[in-house]
Amino acid sequence: MQPVTTVHYLALSLALLLIGTVGVLTRRNIVIILMSIELILNAVNINLIAFSNQLQNVNGQIFAIFVITDAVAEAAVGLGILIALFRNKETVLADEVNLLKW
Amino acid sequence: METFFFYAFAVLVLGGGILTITRRNAVHSAISLIVSLVGVAGLYLLQKAEFLFAVQIVLYIGGIMVLFLFVIMLVNLDEAAKERQFNGQWAIALICSAVVGLQATWFMTKGASALKFAQPPVVGHASGPVSPGNVEAIADVLFSEYLLPFEVASILLLVAVVGSVVMAKKRI
Repeated sequence: MQPVTTVHYLALSLALLLIGTVGVLTRRNIVIILMSIELILNAVNINLIAFSNQLQNVNGQIFAIFVITDAVAEAAVGLGILIALFRNKETVLADEVNLLKW
Repeated sequence: METFFFYAFAVLVLGGGILTITRRNAVHSAISLIVSLVGVAGLYLLQKAEFLFAVQIVLYIGGIMVLFLFVIMLVNLDEAAKERQFNGQWAIALICSAVVGLQATWFMTKGASALKFAQPPVVGHASGPVSPGNVEAIADVLFSEYLLPFEVASILLLVAVVGSVVMAKKRI
């Protein structure tokens, strides 16, 4: 087996990003859409850490910490919105929330 | 050995991710997401980012996933599980993602040699002082060069906490 290089990590990150994108675009359940966003952010983090290790530079890990911070804030606010939505409309399906649709 | 661990964690990450977006039951999706996040944490460890490994375990698996599971318990997902799981645009979404994936794969195979631009410099450990650990190195940069973004991030977290409480509360 050939040794693992940065390209391997990039390929893995790309695959995870695509899985997350497909999840966001195709699922109807809002909870699972939020989970797919977490997958996408983790793919970004894999990329940052791979380059941080290749360049022997710690800045990539700092960026990953900020990405994780954003992910936490996004999850908290998103789930708060979801609870408010469920209280008002009794649904968690994204395509049934069509108040603003033409 | 590192190669073996890389592929083991890659299987965890991708398998967990695929299960996350295909399961009907949201709790099963959450468990699969935990598996995927554990795999990502293992990759951090392989890349010598020990601090992020700990943060990933504590914050993601201990914090965010518990939040998700609480919300799954709070909102009633039984009716949603009985319905159609994918919306009407799933075919076009798959096509678009496949096109983007093919493009990125093409560029990655063509440009793999360009990624050798900076191989890790050979540090002379013998002459210089002992290189600090991962946590010390992160703290050094985070609290000097990135001090302002750090404070902005703390304000962002404060706003997120207040906002989620305001939105989830029934009567303010």
